[in-house]
Amino acid sequence: MSSVLDILSWAAILSGSAFLVVAGVGLLRLPDFFSRVHALGIQDTLSAGLILLGLLLQSDDWLVGVKLVLVLVFVLITGPTAAHALARAALHAGLRPPLDSEEDTSKR
Amino acid sequence: MYAKIPGKPPKNHLRILVLFTLLAALWLLLSGFFTPLQLAFGAASCAFTAWLSVRLGLQRSGFPRLAVTARYPRYLLWLTWQVVLSNLHVARVVLSPRIRLQRQVVRVKHTQKTALGVAIHANSITLTPGTLTMDADGVVLEVHALTRHVAEDVVDGEMDRRVTRLEGT
Repeated sequence: MSSVLDILSWAAILSGSAFLVVAGVGLLRLPDFFSRVHALGIQDTLSAGLILLGLLLQSDDWLVGVKLVLVLVFVLITGPTAAHALARAALHAGLRPPLDSEEDTSKR
Repeated sequence: MYAKIPGKPPKNHLRILVLFTLLAALWLLLSGFFTPLQLAFGAASCAFTAWLSVRLGLQRSGFPRLAVTARYPRYLLWLTWQVVLSNLHVARVVLSPRIRLQRQVVRVKHTQKTALGVAIHANSITLTPGTLTMDADGVVLEVHALTRHVAEDVVDGEMDRRVTRLEGT
């Protein structure tokens, strides 16, 4: 039983870490400021979620479990808030996002 | 912009007290410290947080409706699935040998009536990798999208409908 939990937990931690690496690669490879903020999204959601899920499976103490869940909740709320604040600050400072497609996909 | 209630918001003392009590309970649960000095620090930080939330005008009116909170788990499950899907999409874009982006800014109408609803909608969009809410007003959200694929997900309005349903009437 505990070995099954161990395998699940390690799978979650390792895949979460892999997504963290992907987020880092994205941060380096993506060409402009606004695109790079998208890479942060991976780190806030799937990698943080998977790593915390893996740690949750390892914890015997319910108090530790509660704390881990709270960490996840706070990361999920503050992450996008910070990303939005970054983008909005850049926009208001006059930085315009470089665009690739000329076609208008807007719906008004 | 949202209607700002003019003048100083009326203070709801019961609400502030409830907030302080909840914060203190959370602090005790998480810290596990019971020496007088630590308790004083805890009480001070809870009071400071309650004061900040009064200053932000979060304590203006009414308790959150339970009917609304009961709808959240279903939305969170759906959102989690969307987040997983777009994570895989953005990971594929980032790891492909040649990065192909169709960066675009789309303006999406939102149908939420409350500021909280718009905040949940905008935050959900940003939480989903590949889309980022840059600006919001009473009518539209301005969303930066990394590729056409994720831009279409925003434009099709599924998330908008679900958040509006979350708001209730």
